[in-house]
Amino acid sequence: MTDQAYNFAYLDEQTKRMIRRAILKGVAVPGYQVPFASREMPMPYGWGTGGVQVTAACLTPDDVLKVIDQGADDTTNAVSIRKFFQRTADVAVTEATAEATMIQTRHRIPEQALTEDQILVYQVPIPEPLRFLEPRETETRKMHSLEEYGLMHVKLYEDIARHGSIATAYAYPVKVEGRYVMDPSPIPKFDNPKLSDCAALQLFGAGREQRIYALPPYTQVVSLDFDDHPFTASKAPHDCDLCGASESYLDEVIMDDAGGRMFVCSDTDFCASRRAEGHVGRLGAAEAGK
Amino acid sequence: MTTDTLTGGFTDPARQSAMAFRACLTALSRPGHIEVLSFATPPAPMSVAAGSLALTLLDGTTPVHLAGALDCAAVRDWLTFHTGAPLVGATEAVFAFGTFADLLPLDRFAIGTPEYPDRAATLVIDVPTLEPTGAHLTGPGIKDHAFLSLPATAPFQANRAIFPLGFDAFLTCGDRIAGLPRSTIVRDV
Repeated sequence: MTDQAYNFAYLDEQTKRMIRRAILKGVAVPGYQVPFASREMPMPYGWGTGGVQVTAACLTPDDVLKVIDQGADDTTNAVSIRKFFQRTADVAVTEATAEATMIQTRHRIPEQALTEDQILVYQVPIPEPLRFLEPRETETRKMHSLEEYGLMHVKLYEDIARHGSIATAYAYPVKVEGRYVMDPSPIPKFDNPKLSDCAALQLFGAGREQRIYALPPYTQVVSLDFDDHPFTASKAPHDCDLCGASESYLDEVIMDDAGGRMFVCSDTDFCASRRAEGHVGRLGAAEAGK
Repeated sequence: MTTDTLTGGFTDPARQSAMAFRACLTALSRPGHIEVLSFATPPAPMSVAAGSLALTLLDGTTPVHLAGALDCAAVRDWLTFHTGAPLVGATEAVFAFGTFADLLPLDRFAIGTPEYPDRAATLVIDVPTLEPTGAHLTGPGIKDHAFLSLPATAPFQANRAIFPLGFDAFLTCGDRIAGLPRSTIVRDV
Protein backbone atom coordinates (compact mmCIF):
# COMPACT_ATOMS: atom_id res chain seq x y z
CA MET A 1 0.00 0.00 0.00
CA THR A 2 1.46 3.35 -1.02
CA ASP A 3 0.36 6.65 0.42
CA GLN A 4 -0.10 8.62 -2.77
CA ALA A 5 -0.33 11.85 -0.80
CA TYR A 6 3.42 11.68 -0.23
CA ASN A 7 6.24 12.04 -2.74
CA PHE A 8 8.21 8.86 -3.51
CA ALA A 9 10.20 7.98 -0.35
CA TYR A 10 8.45 10.72 1.67
CA LEU A 11 10.93 13.62 1.24
CA ASP A 12 10.29 16.38 -1.31
CA GLU A 13 12.65 16.61 -4.28
CA GLN A 14 14.34 19.83 -3.10
CA THR A 15 15.28 18.16 0.19
CA LYS A 16 16.52 15.04 -1.56
CA ARG A 17 18.78 17.08 -3.87
CA MET A 18 20.32 18.80 -0.84
CA ILE A 19 20.88 15.46 0.93
CA ARG A 20 22.23 13.86 -2.26
CA ARG A 21 24.79 16.63 -2.73
CA ALA A 22 25.90 16.17 0.90
CA ILE A 23 26.23 12.39 0.40
CA LEU A 24 28.42 12.88 -2.69
CA LYS A 25 30.74 15.26 -0.81
CA GLY A 26 30.85 12.76 2.05
CA VAL A 27 31.90 10.02 -0.38
CA ALA A 28 34.59 12.29 -1.84
CA VAL A 29 36.12 13.00 1.60
CA PRO A 30 35.80 9.71 3.51
CA GLY A 31 35.23 10.18 7.23
CA TYR A 32 34.57 13.94 7.04
CA GLN A 33 31.21 15.02 8.50
CA VAL A 34 29.29 17.03 5.91
CA PRO A 35 26.73 19.44 7.40
CA PHE A 36 23.25 19.16 5.91
CA ALA A 37 19.87 20.78 6.57
CA SER A 38 18.26 17.86 8.37
CA ARG A 39 14.46 17.86 8.23
CA GLU A 40 11.94 16.99 10.88
CA MET A 41 10.80 13.47 10.22
CA PRO A 42 7.58 11.80 11.39
CA MET A 43 9.47 10.03 14.18
CA PRO A 44 11.38 11.32 17.19
CA TYR A 45 15.11 12.06 17.26
CA GLY A 46 16.94 8.96 18.38
CA TRP A 47 14.77 6.75 16.18
CA GLY A 48 17.06 7.10 13.20
CA THR A 49 15.92 10.34 11.55
CA GLY A 50 19.36 10.80 9.98
CA GLY A 51 19.50 7.25 8.65
CA VAL A 52 15.93 7.54 7.36
CA GLN A 53 16.77 10.73 5.44
CA VAL A 54 19.88 9.14 3.88
CA THR A 55 17.90 6.02 2.97
CA ALA A 56 15.08 8.14 1.49
CA ALA A 57 17.57 10.08 -0.65
CA CYS A 58 19.25 6.88 -1.95
CA LEU A 59 16.24 4.57 -2.31
CA THR A 60 15.10 3.60 -5.83
CA PRO A 61 11.88 1.73 -6.74
CA ASP A 62 13.97 -1.38 -7.56
CA ASP A 63 15.64 -1.62 -4.16
CA VAL A 64 15.10 -4.37 -1.63
CA LEU A 65 15.26 -2.85 1.85
CA LYS A 66 16.32 -4.48 5.09
CA VAL A 67 16.15 -2.62 8.41
CA ILE A 68 17.84 -3.84 11.57
CA ASP A 69 17.99 -2.54 15.12
CA GLN A 70 20.91 -3.96 17.12
CA GLY A 71 21.01 -6.78 14.57
CA ALA A 72 17.34 -7.67 14.89
CA ASP A 73 14.76 -7.36 12.09
CA ASP A 74 11.78 -7.69 14.41
CA THR A 75 12.27 -4.92 16.98
CA THR A 76 10.09 -1.79 17.17
CA ASN A 77 12.52 0.61 15.52
CA ALA A 78 13.28 -1.73 12.62
CA VAL A 79 9.64 -2.66 12.05
CA SER A 80 8.43 0.95 12.07
CA ILE A 81 11.12 2.19 9.64
CA ARG A 82 10.53 -0.77 7.33
CA LYS A 83 6.78 -0.06 7.32
CA PHE A 84 7.47 3.65 6.73
CA PHE A 85 9.31 2.91 3.47
CA GLN A 86 6.81 0.25 2.42
CA ARG A 87 4.09 2.90 2.76
CA THR A 88 5.86 5.88 1.23
CA ALA A 89 8.06 4.20 -1.40
CA ASP A 90 6.24 0.93 -2.06
CA VAL A 91 9.65 -0.73 -1.90
CA ALA A 92 10.30 -4.46 -1.50
CA VAL A 93 11.55 -5.49 1.92
CA THR A 94 13.40 -8.52 3.22
CA GLU A 95 14.95 -9.87 6.39
CA ALA A 96 17.62 -11.83 4.51
CA THR A 97 20.92 -9.95 4.43
CA ALA A 98 21.95 -11.49 1.11
CA GLU A 99 18.73 -10.42 -0.66
CA ALA A 100 18.88 -6.77 0.41
CA THR A 101 20.31 -4.02 -1.81
CA MET A 102 19.99 -1.39 0.89
CA ILE A 103 20.28 -2.02 4.62
CA GLN A 104 19.51 0.58 7.26
CA THR A 105 21.08 -0.33 10.57
CA ARG A 106 21.01 0.84 14.14
CA HIS A 107 24.26 -0.05 15.87
CA ARG A 108 25.27 -3.32 14.18
CA ILE A 109 26.92 -4.56 11.00
CA PRO A 110 25.35 -7.81 9.71
CA GLU A 111 27.42 -10.96 10.36
CA GLN A 112 27.23 -12.03 6.73
CA ALA A 113 29.83 -10.26 4.56
CA LEU A 114 28.33 -7.48 2.47
CA THR A 115 28.67 -7.30 -1.31
CA GLU A 116 29.43 -4.58 -3.87
CA ASP A 117 25.73 -4.34 -4.75
CA GLN A 118 24.71 -3.25 -1.26
CA ILE A 119 24.57 0.04 0.62
CA LEU A 120 24.68 0.07 4.43
CA VAL A 121 23.09 3.14 6.08
CA TYR A 122 23.89 3.78 9.76
CA GLN A 123 21.77 5.72 12.23
CA VAL A 124 24.13 7.98 14.18
CA PRO A 125 23.28 9.75 17.46
CA ILE A 126 26.47 11.81 18.01
CA PRO A 127 28.64 11.93 14.85
CA GLU A 128 31.50 13.92 16.39
CA PRO A 129 34.04 11.51 17.97
CA LEU A 130 35.64 14.40 19.89
CA ARG A 131 32.37 15.84 21.25
CA PHE A 132 32.61 14.39 24.76
CA LEU A 133 36.21 15.60 24.99
CA GLU A 134 35.59 19.08 23.52
CA PRO A 135 32.01 20.39 23.56
CA ARG A 136 32.59 23.37 21.23
CA GLU A 137 31.86 22.71 17.55
CA THR A 138 34.22 25.56 16.52
CA GLU A 139 37.08 23.79 18.31
CA THR A 140 36.40 20.24 17.11
CA ARG A 141 36.09 21.55 13.55
CA LYS A 142 39.51 23.19 13.90
CA MET A 143 40.94 19.99 15.41
CA HIS A 144 39.73 17.99 12.40
CA SER A 145 41.13 20.55 9.97
CA LEU A 146 44.54 20.48 11.70
CA GLU A 147 44.42 16.68 12.10
CA GLU A 148 44.89 17.29 15.84
CA TYR A 149 43.73 14.05 17.40
CA GLY A 150 46.03 13.89 20.45
CA LEU A 151 43.06 14.34 22.77
CA MET A 152 41.51 11.09 21.56
CA HIS A 153 44.69 9.18 22.34
CA VAL A 154 44.78 10.79 25.80
CA LYS A 155 41.25 9.50 26.36
CA LEU A 156 42.25 5.96 25.34
CA TYR A 157 45.38 6.24 27.50
CA GLU A 158 43.26 7.29 30.51
CA ASP A 159 41.18 4.16 29.93
CA ILE A 160 44.36 2.09 30.24
CA ALA A 161 45.59 4.02 33.30
CA ARG A 162 42.26 3.54 35.08
CA HIS A 163 41.11 0.10 33.92
CA GLY A 164 44.30 -1.57 32.69
CA SER A 165 42.96 -1.81 29.14
CA ILE A 166 41.01 0.30 26.66
CA ALA A 167 37.52 0.10 28.18
CA THR A 168 35.69 1.67 25.24
CA ALA A 169 33.48 -1.15 24.01
CA TYR A 170 31.23 0.62 21.47
CA ALA A 171 31.48 3.74 19.27
CA TYR A 172 35.18 2.89 19.24
CA PRO A 173 36.99 5.68 17.30
CA VAL A 174 38.57 4.88 13.96
CA LYS A 175 40.89 6.68 11.56
CA VAL A 176 39.82 6.71 7.92
CA GLU A 177 42.45 6.50 5.16
CA GLY A 178 45.03 7.95 7.57
CA ARG A 179 43.21 11.30 7.75
CA TYR A 180 39.91 11.80 9.60
CA VAL A 181 39.07 10.31 12.98
CA MET A 182 35.49 9.10 12.77
CA ASP A 183 32.80 7.82 15.10
CA PRO A 184 31.52 4.56 13.58
CA SER A 185 28.18 5.12 15.42
CA PRO A 186 27.60 3.02 18.56
CA ILE A 187 28.39 -0.32 16.94
CA PRO A 188 30.17 -2.76 19.28
CA LYS A 189 33.92 -2.72 18.72
CA PHE A 190 33.48 -6.34 17.65
CA ASP A 191 32.15 -4.87 14.37
CA ASN A 192 35.00 -2.38 13.83
CA PRO A 193 37.15 -4.70 11.68
CA LYS A 194 34.20 -5.07 9.26
CA LEU A 195 34.26 -1.32 8.54
CA SER A 196 37.58 -1.59 6.75
CA ASP A 197 37.91 -2.89 3.21
CA CYS A 198 34.14 -3.50 3.09
CA ALA A 199 32.77 -4.24 -0.39
CA ALA A 200 29.59 -2.23 0.28
CA LEU A 201 29.22 1.55 0.37
CA GLN A 202 28.66 2.71 3.97
CA LEU A 203 26.70 5.92 4.65
CA PHE A 204 26.16 7.53 8.05
CA GLY A 205 23.29 9.90 8.86
CA ALA A 206 22.89 11.95 12.04
CA GLY A 207 19.52 13.74 11.98
CA ARG A 208 19.55 15.78 15.18
CA GLU A 209 23.21 16.75 14.72
CA GLN A 210 22.70 17.40 10.97
CA ARG A 211 25.72 15.54 9.67
CA ILE A 212 26.28 12.99 6.90
CA TYR A 213 29.49 11.06 6.35
CA ALA A 214 30.55 8.09 4.28
CA LEU A 215 32.99 5.25 3.76
CA PRO A 216 33.33 4.29 0.07
CA PRO A 217 33.87 0.58 -0.63
CA TYR A 218 37.34 -0.78 0.18
CA THR A 219 38.23 2.24 2.33
CA GLN A 220 40.99 1.60 4.86
CA VAL A 221 39.64 2.08 8.38
CA VAL A 222 41.91 1.59 11.40
CA SER A 223 40.72 1.42 15.02
CA LEU A 224 42.87 3.70 17.19
CA ASP A 225 45.17 1.90 19.60
CA PHE A 226 48.69 1.78 21.05
CA ASP A 227 51.60 -0.50 20.11
CA ASP A 228 51.56 -2.07 23.60
CA HIS A 229 47.75 -2.13 23.83
CA PRO A 230 46.62 -3.22 20.38
CA PHE A 231 42.95 -3.07 19.40
CA THR A 232 41.02 -6.28 20.01
CA ALA A 233 37.50 -7.00 18.78
CA SER A 234 35.77 -8.44 21.83
CA LYS A 235 32.55 -10.38 22.39
CA ALA A 236 30.97 -12.43 25.14
CA PRO A 237 33.06 -15.64 25.60
CA HIS A 238 30.20 -17.99 24.75
CA ASP A 239 28.54 -19.73 21.82
CA CYS A 240 25.04 -18.80 20.70
CA ASP A 241 22.56 -20.84 22.80
CA LEU A 242 20.15 -21.18 19.87
CA CYS A 243 22.35 -21.84 16.83
CA GLY A 244 25.70 -22.68 18.42
CA ALA A 245 27.65 -20.06 16.44
CA SER A 246 30.99 -19.25 18.04
CA GLU A 247 31.97 -16.34 15.79
CA SER A 248 28.92 -14.06 16.02
CA TYR A 249 28.21 -11.12 18.33
CA LEU A 250 25.97 -12.14 21.23
CA ASP A 251 23.20 -10.56 23.29
CA GLU A 252 22.84 -11.65 26.91
CA VAL A 253 19.23 -12.43 27.83
CA ILE A 254 18.13 -12.71 31.47
CA MET A 255 15.80 -15.74 31.73
CA ASP A 256 14.45 -15.67 35.29
CA ASP A 257 14.93 -14.15 38.76
CA ALA A 258 17.36 -16.89 39.77
CA GLY A 259 20.26 -15.70 37.62
CA GLY A 260 19.44 -17.84 34.62
CA ARG A 261 20.69 -16.37 31.38
CA MET A 262 21.32 -17.26 27.78
CA PHE A 263 23.45 -15.83 25.00
CA VAL A 264 21.94 -15.45 21.54
CA CYS A 265 23.14 -14.00 18.24
CA SER A 266 22.31 -10.31 18.00
CA ASP A 267 21.92 -10.76 14.21
CA THR A 268 18.51 -12.49 14.00
CA ASP A 269 18.78 -13.30 10.29
CA PHE A 270 22.20 -14.92 10.80
CA CYS A 271 20.90 -16.99 13.71
CA ALA A 272 17.65 -18.04 11.97
CA SER A 273 19.43 -19.11 8.78
CA ARG A 274 21.95 -21.16 10.80
CA ARG A 275 19.12 -22.90 12.66
CA ALA A 276 17.40 -23.55 9.33
CA GLU A 277 20.62 -25.27 8.23
CA GLY A 278 20.33 -27.56 11.26
CA HIS A 279 22.80 -25.98 13.67
CA VAL A 280 21.62 -26.31 17.25
CA GLY A 281 23.01 -24.54 20.32
CA ARG A 282 22.92 -25.38 24.04
CA LEU A 283 19.25 -24.39 24.45
CA GLY A 284 18.29 -24.60 20.80
CA ALA A 285 16.47 -27.95 20.92
CA ALA A 286 14.42 -26.91 23.93
CA GLU A 287 13.49 -23.70 22.10
CA ALA A 288 12.37 -25.68 19.05
CA GLY A 289 10.25 -27.97 21.21
CA LYS A 290 8.14 -25.14 22.66
CA MET B 1 13.21 30.65 -25.90
CA THR B 2 12.03 27.64 -27.90
CA THR B 3 9.88 24.66 -27.04
CA ASP B 4 13.10 22.65 -26.66
CA THR B 5 13.69 24.62 -23.50
CA LEU B 6 10.56 23.25 -21.90
CA THR B 7 10.99 19.61 -22.91
CA GLY B 8 13.67 17.03 -22.17
CA GLY B 9 13.20 16.98 -18.39
CA PHE B 10 12.36 13.98 -16.21
CA THR B 11 8.96 12.48 -17.00
CA ASP B 12 8.68 10.91 -13.51
CA PRO B 13 10.91 13.23 -11.44
CA ALA B 14 10.87 11.45 -8.07
CA ARG B 15 11.70 7.97 -9.39
CA GLN B 16 13.96 8.98 -12.27
CA SER B 17 15.99 11.36 -10.10
CA ALA B 18 16.34 8.56 -7.54
CA MET B 19 17.72 6.17 -10.17
CA ALA B 20 19.89 8.91 -11.68
CA PHE B 21 21.32 9.72 -8.26
CA ARG B 22 22.15 6.07 -7.63
CA ALA B 23 24.11 6.03 -10.90
CA CYS B 24 26.02 9.17 -9.79
CA LEU B 25 26.57 7.73 -6.31
CA THR B 26 27.87 4.43 -7.67
CA ALA B 27 30.12 6.26 -10.13
CA LEU B 28 31.66 8.53 -7.46
CA SER B 29 31.99 5.81 -4.82
CA ARG B 30 33.65 3.39 -7.28
CA PRO B 31 36.14 5.40 -9.38
CA GLY B 32 36.89 3.65 -12.66
CA HIS B 33 33.41 2.14 -12.76
CA ILE B 34 31.28 3.42 -15.68
CA GLU B 35 27.51 3.82 -15.15
CA VAL B 36 24.73 4.50 -17.65
CA LEU B 37 22.74 7.66 -16.93
CA SER B 38 20.01 8.57 -19.41
CA PHE B 39 16.75 10.06 -18.22
CA ALA B 40 16.89 13.66 -19.45
CA THR B 41 17.42 14.88 -23.04
CA PRO B 42 19.21 18.24 -22.82
CA PRO B 43 19.80 20.41 -25.90
CA ALA B 44 23.12 19.96 -27.77
CA PRO B 45 25.97 20.20 -27.02
CA MET B 46 25.17 19.00 -23.47
CA SER B 47 25.46 15.23 -23.09
CA VAL B 48 22.55 13.12 -21.86
CA ALA B 49 24.51 12.05 -18.78
CA ALA B 50 25.53 15.62 -17.89
CA GLY B 51 21.95 16.84 -18.37
CA SER B 52 20.55 14.04 -16.19
CA LEU B 53 23.11 14.80 -13.47
CA ALA B 54 22.17 18.49 -13.65
CA LEU B 55 18.46 17.77 -13.16
CA THR B 56 19.28 15.40 -10.29
CA LEU B 57 21.58 17.67 -8.28
CA LEU B 58 21.03 21.32 -9.29
CA ASP B 59 18.50 23.76 -7.89
CA GLY B 60 18.26 27.41 -6.92
CA THR B 61 20.93 26.99 -4.21
CA THR B 62 23.70 25.71 -6.51
CA PRO B 63 25.45 28.34 -8.66
CA VAL B 64 26.52 26.71 -11.92
CA HIS B 65 29.20 27.59 -14.47
CA LEU B 66 28.89 26.66 -18.13
CA ALA B 67 32.21 26.64 -19.98
CA GLY B 68 32.96 27.00 -23.69
CA ALA B 69 30.40 25.72 -26.19
CA LEU B 70 27.99 24.74 -23.39
CA ASP B 71 27.58 28.44 -22.57
CA CYS B 72 24.98 28.90 -25.30
CA ALA B 73 21.40 30.17 -25.16
CA ALA B 74 19.84 26.72 -25.64
CA VAL B 75 21.66 25.11 -22.67
CA ARG B 76 21.40 28.22 -20.47
CA ASP B 77 17.63 28.44 -20.99
CA TRP B 78 17.12 24.71 -20.54
CA LEU B 79 19.09 24.58 -17.26
CA THR B 80 17.41 27.71 -15.94
CA PHE B 81 13.92 26.45 -16.74
CA HIS B 82 14.43 22.96 -15.32
CA THR B 83 16.64 23.68 -12.30
CA GLY B 84 16.55 27.42 -11.52
CA ALA B 85 20.29 27.30 -10.82
CA PRO B 86 21.96 30.73 -11.08
CA LEU B 87 24.63 31.00 -13.81
CA VAL B 88 27.94 32.33 -12.47
CA GLY B 89 31.66 32.55 -13.24
CA ALA B 90 34.09 29.70 -12.60
CA THR B 91 35.35 30.90 -9.20
CA GLU B 92 31.86 31.04 -7.60
CA ALA B 93 30.52 27.84 -9.12
CA VAL B 94 29.36 24.86 -7.05
CA PHE B 95 28.91 22.87 -10.27
CA ALA B 96 30.76 23.45 -13.55
CA PHE B 97 30.02 21.84 -16.91
CA GLY B 98 32.25 21.78 -19.99
CA THR B 99 34.86 19.93 -21.96
CA PHE B 100 38.24 19.46 -20.29
CA ALA B 101 39.87 22.13 -22.49
CA ASP B 102 37.08 24.63 -21.78
CA LEU B 103 37.27 24.10 -18.01
CA LEU B 104 41.04 24.73 -17.83
CA PRO B 105 42.70 25.99 -15.71
CA LEU B 106 41.12 23.75 -13.08
CA ASP B 107 42.69 25.63 -10.16
CA ARG B 108 40.09 28.38 -10.66
CA PHE B 109 37.42 26.26 -9.02
CA ALA B 110 36.50 26.18 -5.34
CA ILE B 111 38.46 23.58 -3.35
CA GLY B 112 36.73 24.08 0.02
CA THR B 113 38.35 25.30 3.22
CA PRO B 114 40.28 23.30 5.84
CA GLU B 115 37.26 23.55 8.19
CA TYR B 116 34.71 22.87 5.43
CA PRO B 117 36.29 20.79 2.66
CA ASP B 118 32.78 20.01 1.39
CA ARG B 119 32.46 23.58 0.08
CA ALA B 120 34.25 22.57 -3.10
CA ALA B 121 33.17 22.57 -6.71
CA THR B 122 32.00 19.52 -8.63
CA LEU B 123 33.22 19.49 -12.23
CA VAL B 124 31.22 17.63 -14.87
CA ILE B 125 33.71 17.10 -17.68
CA ASP B 126 32.47 16.03 -21.09
CA VAL B 127 34.99 13.71 -22.74
CA PRO B 128 35.05 12.29 -26.28
CA THR B 129 35.79 8.75 -25.06
CA LEU B 130 35.17 7.08 -21.72
CA GLU B 131 36.76 3.67 -21.25
CA PRO B 132 38.09 1.65 -18.30
CA THR B 133 41.62 1.93 -19.68
CA GLY B 134 44.39 4.50 -19.38
CA ALA B 135 45.32 6.25 -16.12
CA HIS B 136 45.96 4.00 -13.10
CA LEU B 137 43.64 4.72 -10.15
CA THR B 138 43.94 3.70 -6.50
CA GLY B 139 42.27 4.95 -3.33
CA PRO B 140 38.91 4.76 -1.51
CA GLY B 141 36.23 2.98 -3.53
CA ILE B 142 38.74 0.96 -5.52
CA LYS B 143 39.63 -2.67 -4.86
CA ASP B 144 43.35 -3.03 -5.64
CA HIS B 145 43.37 -0.69 -8.66
CA ALA B 146 41.27 0.55 -11.58
CA PHE B 147 41.82 2.26 -14.91
CA LEU B 148 39.99 5.17 -16.50
CA SER B 149 40.55 7.18 -19.68
CA LEU B 150 41.30 10.67 -18.31
CA PRO B 151 41.85 13.74 -20.51
CA ALA B 152 45.02 14.46 -18.49
CA THR B 153 46.60 13.24 -15.26
CA ALA B 154 48.62 16.22 -13.95
CA PRO B 155 45.64 18.40 -12.81
CA PHE B 156 44.13 15.45 -10.94
CA GLN B 157 47.46 14.60 -9.30
CA ALA B 158 47.78 18.24 -8.17
CA ASN B 159 44.21 18.04 -6.87
CA ARG B 160 44.99 14.88 -4.86
CA ALA B 161 48.08 16.54 -3.37
CA ILE B 162 45.92 19.07 -1.51
CA PHE B 163 43.53 16.44 -0.05
CA PRO B 164 41.21 16.78 1.90
CA LEU B 165 40.73 19.97 -0.11
CA GLY B 166 40.12 19.79 -3.85
CA PHE B 167 37.38 19.60 -6.45
CA ASP B 168 35.49 16.42 -7.37
CA ALA B 169 34.86 15.41 -10.95
CA PHE B 170 32.43 13.42 -13.03
CA LEU B 171 33.36 12.42 -16.58
CA THR B 172 30.48 12.15 -19.03
CA CYS B 173 30.36 10.78 -22.57
CA GLY B 174 26.93 10.45 -24.19
CA ASP B 175 24.78 8.54 -21.71
CA ARG B 176 27.69 7.19 -19.66
CA ILE B 177 29.24 8.62 -16.53
CA ALA B 178 32.27 7.92 -14.34
CA GLY B 179 33.35 9.57 -11.09
CA LEU B 180 36.73 10.85 -9.98
CA PRO B 181 36.56 12.11 -6.37
CA ARG B 182 39.45 14.14 -4.95
CA SER B 183 40.50 11.11 -2.86
CA THR B 184 41.60 9.09 -5.91
CA ILE B 185 45.33 8.71 -6.53
CA VAL B 186 46.01 9.01 -10.27
CA ARG B 187 49.17 7.59 -11.87
CA ASP B 188 50.34 7.62 -15.47
CA VAL B 189 50.69 4.15 -16.92
